[in-house]
Amino acid sequence: MQDAFYLLAAVLLPYAGALITALLPANARTVAWLAGGTALLTLLMVVLGYSDIAAGRIPRVALPWAPELGLSFTLRMDGFAATFAVMASGIGFLVVLYSRYYMSPDDPIPRFFSFLLAFMGSMMGLVLSANLIQLVFFWELTSLFSFLLIGYWQNLAAARDGARMALTVTAGGGLALFAGVLVLGHIVGSYELDAVLAAGNLVRAHPLYLPALVLILLGAMTKSAQFPFHFWLPHAMAAPTPVSAYLHSATLVKAGIFLLARLWPVLAGTDAWFWILCPVGLITLLVGAYVAIFQHDMKALLAYSTISHLGLITLLLSLNSDLAMVAAVFHIINHATFKASLFMAAGIIDHETGTRDIRRLSGLNQSMPFTARLALVAAGAMAGVPLLNGFISKEMFFTEALTAATTPTLLHSILPIAATLASILAVTYSLRFIHGAFFGPETDDLPKKPHEPPQFMRVPVEILVFACMVVGILPSATVGPLLDLAARSILGDATPEYSLAVWHGFNLPLVMSLIALAGGVALYRLLYRHLNAGIDGTPLLERLDGRRAFDQVMVFISWRFARALERLMATDRLQMQLRLLVCIAFLAATLALLPHGLAPGGVQLTPVDPVVALMWVVGGACAIAAAYQAKYHRLAALVMLGGAGLVTCLTFVWFSAPDLALTQLLVEIVTTVLMLLGLRWMPKRIESAGSGHILARLRRLRDLAIAAAAGLGLTAISYATMTRVSPDGISRQFLERAYTEGGGTNVVNVILVDFRGFDTMGEITVLGIVALTVFALLRRFRPAAESVGMPEQQQGEARDWLLIPAVTMRLIFPVIIAVSLYLLLRGHDQPGGGFIAGLMLAIGILLQYMAGGTRWVEDHLRVLPLRWMGFGLLLAAGTGAAAIAFGKPFLTSYFAYADLGPLGKLPLASAVIFDLGVFALVFGATVLMLIALAHQSVRRPRAAPPPPVAALPEPAAAAAGEN
Amino acid sequence: MELVLALAIGILGGSGVWLLMRPRTFQLIIGLSLLSYAVNLFIFSMGRFPVGAAPILEPGGKGDPASFADPLPQSLVLTAIVIGFATTALFLVVMLAARGFTGGDHVDGRPPR
Repeated sequence: MQDAFYLLAAVLLPYAGALITALLPANARTVAWLAGGTALLTLLMVVLGYSDIAAGRIPRVALPWAPELGLSFTLRMDGFAATFAVMASGIGFLVVLYSRYYMSPDDPIPRFFSFLLAFMGSMMGLVLSANLIQLVFFWELTSLFSFLLIGYWQNLAAARDGARMALTVTAGGGLALFAGVLVLGHIVGSYELDAVLAAGNLVRAHPLYLPALVLILLGAMTKSAQFPFHFWLPHAMAAPTPVSAYLHSATLVKAGIFLLARLWPVLAGTDAWFWILCPVGLITLLVGAYVAIFQHDMKALLAYSTISHLGLITLLLSLNSDLAMVAAVFHIINHATFKASLFMAAGIIDHETGTRDIRRLSGLNQSMPFTARLALVAAGAMAGVPLLNGFISKEMFFTEALTAATTPTLLHSILPIAATLASILAVTYSLRFIHGAFFGPETDDLPKKPHEPPQFMRVPVEILVFACMVVGILPSATVGPLLDLAARSILGDATPEYSLAVWHGFNLPLVMSLIALAGGVALYRLLYRHLNAGIDGTPLLERLDGRRAFDQVMVFISWRFARALERLMATDRLQMQLRLLVCIAFLAATLALLPHGLAPGGVQLTPVDPVVALMWVVGGACAIAAAYQAKYHRLAALVMLGGAGLVTCLTFVWFSAPDLALTQLLVEIVTTVLMLLGLRWMPKRIESAGSGHILARLRRLRDLAIAAAAGLGLTAISYATMTRVSPDGISRQFLERAYTEGGGTNVVNVILVDFRGFDTMGEITVLGIVALTVFALLRRFRPAAESVGMPEQQQGEARDWLLIPAVTMRLIFPVIIAVSLYLLLRGHDQPGGGFIAGLMLAIGILLQYMAGGTRWVEDHLRVLPLRWMGFGLLLAAGTGAAAIAFGKPFLTSYFAYADLGPLGKLPLASAVIFDLGVFALVFGATVLMLIALAHQSVRRPRAAPPPPVAALPEPAAAAAGEN
Repeated sequence: MELVLALAIGILGGSGVWLLMRPRTFQLIIGLSLLSYAVNLFIFSMGRFPVGAAPILEPGGKGDPASFADPLPQSLVLTAIVIGFATTALFLVVMLAARGFTGGDHVDGRPPR
């Protein structure tokens, strides 16, 4: 119970803090205290849990996550995880304190702290995860939040680029890691860390070991900036310095190292492990240290030094030696403390002088003596000066470099030399950092007059530097127990004897250290002139530019490769796309039918009715004529389309489908009017004599062939289907239950509003969305210039053409309303229903617009389509939801018949209320679309006086308001 | 009779497909409408052709599939008609907007190169 509390709080507290912080106003200054308090509480949780670990228990908590997949959200804290958790929360707290003074009041502070806390939470989740998939999840979260942190100053191009590069590299590696973890989980049969850690022998002997290893190493190497993926780290220095201090000392870049150490018992111990990691670590160690010397930006110098130290840790881990493992863990802790303090010192210098350029800085020892001494000690730790923590872990590294080899190879034998060389370089860049900034003559050529920072800005540095010294002098009394627990939780009983003493006697590692110190000083003196000459770039390695390579790869993948692929496989021409679509559909159908053939079935054919046959002679002619005329004679095509629709409608009548016929007829009318309204905005198209090139003719001939094939195919399939017996589907159910259980005799309507009411619900929602989309699109409608003028048909004496029809239309308006209501009410038992009635009423309104014109109708009649739609949707959904109130599933209907005496029986099913909702929505949607389109003609002329906006009803006013 | 209807579906569908591949937006909209007739009729034909069969039940009874029109394809087609109407309206407005933006009525927004 207590375990659960500590562990969950350690992960969730930072996220909760991030959420609260994010909600604070942008100028809130108290936010730093909130963030600091959160970090401190998190640290407290870890410390509370730590007392358990010290007593030999491993706190853990498991919550079901996706039990069907055997996944649970599991947290567990052993000594190693606790080490990282202490660093993430402890250094996190110091960074928050530091940021409180570092960040400018002009920056949006809550956002900064929110990201920082969220990152901390992700880091805690990463180190405390007891499930590999969950670990990868938090891993990607750290990539994401580090992206946001690095790009915090989003107005700077460098910050955006650096953030994007970091995200691309680390999240890309995260994908590889995910794949690797899946393979690993497949080998072990479980993603639980305990199970995986216990299965080391099984994993290492498995044929899939190498793929899993390579994928997981890719993830770790990208995250921990190992060569050749190191290039993103220096570019991430565009982040605010507190972020760099946090991400690049204790957290983000250490995540890769964390993973390597975490899976060390499972993956390490093989030749593959050594031969992949050792060269990578060695190159990273040397290249990072060498390049660091030649950086003029203090942060860049620290960044390359970080790369180098990460390489050192990787190298230690690669040696397959238990003692090297202990040294690695120790160096992880040491590096976190001195590197965080150095970043903070660089930030203080930047903050107080306005520059981080070592070439410009000089003699700061005079103006900021305290900071100078702090930085001096921290840099000493980085260089491996005795009595500081860096010295002890470096001695351990030297020892390992000398002794790790059980089967010495060439690579093993050069390790001592390489280690010494790397140390020489480390001393040189540490010297440069200190000497360049703090010593030499005082300069007044700085953007700001340097002085000591606010006291509390220095406190975090003081704490960290104090830690460096205490650990350096009294290692076993201070960090000893923590290191012991951490090492034991990885190595178990195999933990070797090791000694944390400062003095091991006069031995080879000490000689190497002395050589490194002397060599480093000598090298610095040797390079002094070159470094002060202010030359940019690294000698000998000018061509090693990871950024250029990265950019080239990105350009290739996201531009050249993508474009080539597009050219090869895609077309942006709709005609070609549709042609392909039709052809592929045709092929697919052919393939599916190939085994069965398309021979007609054996059903007794119904005799041909000459009326229907004649009807379809007309209908077919209409369809072909519409296809023929649609290019140059749009109106004619529209009329023909109506003809074909009418014949379809009659077919429905003929074959006992009155509801369909009614719907088809009404939809036909509304569609035709809509299109007529739209035709006015289309460009004129005059048929020219002779129809184009031979090429165009060939194209048309090809399309004609495709169309003919499609038509024939449709005919064949239809005929084959119709001549077979219809299988006994679910229709019987509907027919038998429509009256007894749905309370209606019109089965089609009962299906729509009752049996399949949920479908209808979805359908009217779609209709409403479409109407709103149409409305929204038309609000921004800008007609082509040539269509703006009044069409020639409307010019002159055209006004009174419709006089008699207009009078008729006005007179029948009440009749249409009555018929519409009648159709609505009887819909459950007789042909009719909400769809039909809604369309009918919409046509009534439409006729009034046609007869009286937009302005006249809107002066006399207020239709509020949006409200109709809202009312309809609410009513339909409400009827459905009412069933829930009675304990029935959504949209269960209830029915009874009310006897109205001479008027007959009125069905009172709750489905009728649902149908009323359908009615209101269909009416509202149709009218909304029609009015919106009709209004385009009213608001058209920009030069003409604007339409009387105030007099228009609501939606119309909105439509017209765009003028 | 089956052949008449099958031919009708074929002619409607073929004309629709032909128009789908034409370059002008208005041709496309007519083509889609024709195609939707064909598809609706095809779905409808799944209920076969019950000439003179009653579509409406007698109050109080159970319907017998042998003597009634198949209600399932009918309700499917009814839904399809309404949705078809909605998409036609939407496409019409998109067509108008494209016409305003591009100044032409080519489906690609610009005449072919």
